[in-house]
Amino acid sequence: MYNFDFEKPSTIADAVSALSAEDAQALGGGQTLLPTMKQRLASPSKLVSLKGIAEMQGICTGDDGALCIGGATTHADVAAGAGAYPGLAALAGGIGDPAVRARGTIGGSLANNDPSACYPAGALASGATFVTNAREIAADDYFQGMFTTALDEGEILTEVRFPVPEASNYQKFEQPASRFALVGVFVAKYADGVRVAVTGASEEGVFRWTEAEAALSGNFSANAIADMTPGEDGMISDLHGTAAYRAHLVGVLTRRAVTAAG
Amino acid sequence: MSQVTMTVNGKEMSGDAEGRTLLSQFLRETLGLTGTHVGCDTSQCGACVVHVDGVAVKACTMLAMEAEGTSVDTIEGQAAPDGTLNALQQAFQDHHGLQCGFCTPGMIMSAADLLKNNPQPTEAEVRHHLEGNICRCTGYHNIVKAILAASGQDVSSIAAE
Repeated sequence: MYNFDFEKPSTIADAVSALSAEDAQALGGGQTLLPTMKQRLASPSKLVSLKGIAEMQGICTGDDGALCIGGATTHADVAAGAGAYPGLAALAGGIGDPAVRARGTIGGSLANNDPSACYPAGALASGATFVTNAREIAADDYFQGMFTTALDEGEILTEVRFPVPEASNYQKFEQPASRFALVGVFVAKYADGVRVAVTGASEEGVFRWTEAEAALSGNFSANAIADMTPGEDGMISDLHGTAAYRAHLVGVLTRRAVTAAG
Repeated sequence: MSQVTMTVNGKEMSGDAEGRTLLSQFLRETLGLTGTHVGCDTSQCGACVVHVDGVAVKACTMLAMEAEGTSVDTIEGQAAPDGTLNALQQAFQDHHGLQCGFCTPGMIMSAADLLKNNPQPTEAEVRHHLEGNICRCTGYHNIVKAILAASGQDVSSIAAE
């Protein structure tokens, strides 16, 4: 990879200022960014590690009962510490492998918004609130297509707040080589309705399957969506699976998630 | 270039690193600790697994500068100073848990990480924990057997395959 300057600030304010340099890039756990840089698909002038910022670490419960997770919290820490939201803890515990989970962070994953990553499905299905150094962004506004989010240049995702659902489950059909989701579906049942978010399937990145949401909000059972499949238009088609196959998986995995959530 | 200092296998060590210097590269090329292997360099294979502050990570996907001030354990620190293998290493030898041996440093370090948190894992838990460690020789069977044996479990009923 090309060389760069490295900084590891200890406060959000210092990180924001370090990121104001031209072509500077925030570094979470680096589990995606470093391999990308090795392939020279990214060549930032400066990496600003967010790992030294204590206020971006850890999990707590907010006054409204939401689970608040610091942007620099690792997948391993979410898997172990998000017991109040078991569906999300299970999602975090299924990302990559143990060594990857020990470094990779929730903020890094959500800022990258890989179309096959797990966290975008969990965050969108939860209607999470994305807290940055500058503002709060609703999940429905945050995800804007493959590798694209509402974050501005140099804006840091400092915390993500997850309203805790009554029931939830994440089903991932794993691509065995990359351990990313070939298709992943997160189902979350709240008092005011059910949310279903799908990763890995669409060329537009993570999306809400609103047709299933409407059916499940009336009747939270796999039967309610027994024959339902999203259209294959706009689904990813590659050597791992056709668009029709992915669309089929969305239906299957959503039914499995609903049954597992109970 | 900046100087990076970390405690490696209990001993404080320093060396020069660029921003882009990977921890794996720093250990191998700057400190001369070539036991940490680089198999794929894309964080898939796990041959480079070391412990940073007690947690298993892939050294090819962490910057040396991020390890500043940490405590790093590598395969070189596993045997006793007189060369006596630790329980895991001995079990790999006893149960033929390696053929070419290239993946073995990472296998040992990942297995040590598992046994620290889960001293008596089931076979399924061992296999699950090794998801990020690839071996192209053994078919994993004897690796799993060795780890179960190192955890003190009876492996006599597990047939060699």
